[in-house]
Amino acid sequence: MTIRETPAAPTTEVVLEAAGLTKHFPVRRKLRSLFKPVRFVHAVDDVNLTLRRGRVTALVGESGSGKSTVARLLAQLYPRTGGEIKLHGQPTRVRGGRAFRAYARRVQMIFQDPFASLNPVHTVRYHLTRALRIHQRAGRTPADLETALCDLLTRVQLTPPERYLDKFPHELSGGQRQRVAIARALGADPTALLADEPVSMLDVSIRLGVLNLLRNLKERLNLAILYITHDIASARYFADDTMVMYAGRMVEGGDSETVTQRPAHPYTQLLIDSAPDPDQIQGGTGSVPRDAGGGEPPSLIDPPGGCRFHPRCPAVMPRCSTDLPPRLEIGDAPGHWAACWLYDPAGAAPSGTPAAREIGS
Amino acid sequence: MKDPVLEIRDLNVDYGLGDQAVHAVRDVSLTLHRGEVLGLAGESGSGKSTLAYGLTRLLPPPGVIRGGQVIYHPAAGPAYDVMALSHAELRAFRWAETSIVFQGAMNSLNPVYKVSTQLLDVIRAHEPRMPASARLARARELLRLVGIAADRMDSYPHQLSGGMRQRVMIGMALALEPQIVIMDEPTTALDVVMQRQILRQLIELRERLGFSVLFITHDLSLLVEFSDRIAIMYGGRIVEEAPAPALYRDSLHPYSDGLLHSFPALRGERRELTGIPGSPPDLRNMPTGCSFHPRCSKAFEPCPDRVPVLGHPRTPDGRTRTVACWLHPATG
Ligand SMILES: Nc1ncnc2c1ncn2[C@@H]1O[C@H](COP(=O)(O)OP(=O)(O)OP(=O)(O)O)[C@@H](O)[C@H]1O
Ligand SMILES: Nc1ncnc2c1ncn2[C@@H]1O[C@H](COP(=O)(O)OP(=O)(O)OP(=O)(O)O)[C@@H](O)[C@H]1O
Ligand SMILES: [Mg+2]
Ligand SMILES: [Mg+2]
Repeated sequence: MTIRETPAAPTTEVVLEAAGLTKHFPVRRKLRSLFKPVRFVHAVDDVNLTLRRGRVTALVGESGSGKSTVARLLAQLYPRTGGEIKLHGQPTRVRGGRAFRAYARRVQMIFQDPFASLNPVHTVRYHLTRALRIHQRAGRTPADLETALCDLLTRVQLTPPERYLDKFPHELSGGQRQRVAIARALGADPTALLADEPVSMLDVSIRLGVLNLLRNLKERLNLAILYITHDIASARYFADDTMVMYAGRMVEGGDSETVTQRPAHPYTQLLIDSAPDPDQIQGGTGSVPRDAGGGEPPSLIDPPGGCRFHPRCPAVMPRCSTDLPPRLEIGDAPGHWAACWLYDPAGAAPSGTPAAREIGS
Repeated sequence: MKDPVLEIRDLNVDYGLGDQAVHAVRDVSLTLHRGEVLGLAGESGSGKSTLAYGLTRLLPPPGVIRGGQVIYHPAAGPAYDVMALSHAELRAFRWAETSIVFQGAMNSLNPVYKVSTQLLDVIRAHEPRMPASARLARARELLRLVGIAADRMDSYPHQLSGGMRQRVMIGMALALEPQIVIMDEPTTALDVVMQRQILRQLIELRERLGFSVLFITHDLSLLVEFSDRIAIMYGGRIVEEAPAPALYRDSLHPYSDGLLHSFPALRGERRELTGIPGSPPDLRNMPTGCSFHPRCSKAFEPCPDRVPVLGHPRTPDGRTRTVACWLHPATG
């Protein structure tokens, strides 16, 4: 059980592409405030994202920052407020029925909670058979079906398959359940897999196994994978690229090693500084050593103007509260960008502000 | 600090009866001191949740307590055994002295009520005489403590993200101002910034209110930083217990060592992650001797045959820690 280095991606064909993706949820109004304007939770605003074949893209960010919503929008489980999603270059907008099934055949989602995503009254066989039938991959004879089932379980390393086929979810451990959920997703033979925190409910020893499995599938089946996580250290090990989200917006992106070792956006820097670092303990009688960054996540009903991180930002400048920063190149590695005025070549950053830096120094 | 608040003695918990019984918690003895954070870590299935449910007598069937005592020392008055309480006394104990955040608690909010309603209900049940406006202020304060903007109070659970629901549950547990807070994987759905913020709040509150925390998680790296002591569980038993820094710097049990090396590191060189080979033991069919021996790289002659007892090792700091491993046989 070790996580291996990935060689450069074999191909970079774009599978799924989102531009300007936006989702606002209306807030339920009380009767007595019917005359006030409708308000919205600005869950996702203007998100751009590209998933390529044979690559894992991590999406990290604060709890409530909109990661699951992005995944659900990409899976077309929610109608979007704005923006465009292209699958293999084709613009898509599906609402239920046949079009949705055709889309879901290509783009499958694994949910956050392995305890809730399988129906407790049905066996593994039932779940997988149903997935195969929906996507017309069950074959014509019972023998075909049996082969397909065993093949799925083998792919997720639940072997021998006969041992698992007739089990109920409660008879499986968390890691085994999550493997069944992955097998079910693979039942559609997708080209893109959207994995929403596939391992956060699992313990460390199982976690490594599931991550290695996803990486292995990426390589063998040449899948495009979106890996949503709040564990940025696992993004470093497992994802080729990492994107960082804050309060509904993308704030930084680049290859994983660069983003985790030379974070540019002050939010990413805070995220990395907050990661547990056991080497920092000082004899620890229950003291939390470094500053936890303070501040609170912003309201998404009435989000801060300009850069949404500015009320918490240690490097805040006057323009940050009024002007929305665009994606700006950092220049230290190809494709590394941050939406932060510190990197505006026109308005050179005032001295004394933290620019991109090495961490752990 | 060395004043015990909860002493677990030889607790045994089974699921089912007779031959079919699964021994999920075996001979566990563990002491929680007043005002301390005691971390409990171990792989999935090692019995952590069962222990937490067992000591508060909240075990769902077919769970049964097969033996042992849980001695509670109230702030004032004589100590008593929780296992011997009548149902009415037990209710009072749970309500006034402990609060638990259950694993998967984020799915236990009632979907048809607003978060504010549920939080206010808990506060009202706890402090019936508090005026409504003060209750509302308290509810806002609790949500602020767990990082939820006040304008989201009137959300329904499905309108919150997974991590936000988890934070609401933590807020509710703190609403009761208990003596003992038991948290079973309370932060699994949270990012590190939020985890740290909540843990810092918890530590601050603990200093102000003086409660003790039993914090259950499989995230050992987090535990190392902010708990006072850490106990490691394997196959239903405690296999090592030590002050947090000692456990991190020189863990004695090879299983603890394996757990510590299962995390991807954010800083420094990319390390090969080794994890722990093999899989957790089947409780229905436990290995003989030390239950970890089939997965242990250091296993030697006594390991497959004899169960090591938990005792003080012969190290310089031996009096402050215990371990159950033949590499470090117990003294005396
Ligand atoms: N159905 C809904 N109605 C209203 N608001 C919603 C709804 N679903 C999500 N939201 C809000 O949208 C925001 C983003 O939620 P989302 O679940 O995408 O966050 P997340 O990044 O996945 O968080 P976590 O890490 O905690 O899972 C949150 O503020 C959430 O409350
Ligand atoms: N209702 C039950 N019937 C039979 N066995 C059970 C039952 N509930 C739990 N067990 C078994 O008891 C053992 C301990 O479970 P427990 O939930 O306490 O583990 P845990 O350490 O909390 O694991 P996790 O980290 O996955 O939460 C497991 O092997 C589990 O399969
Ligand atoms: Mg989520
Ligand atoms: Mg548990």
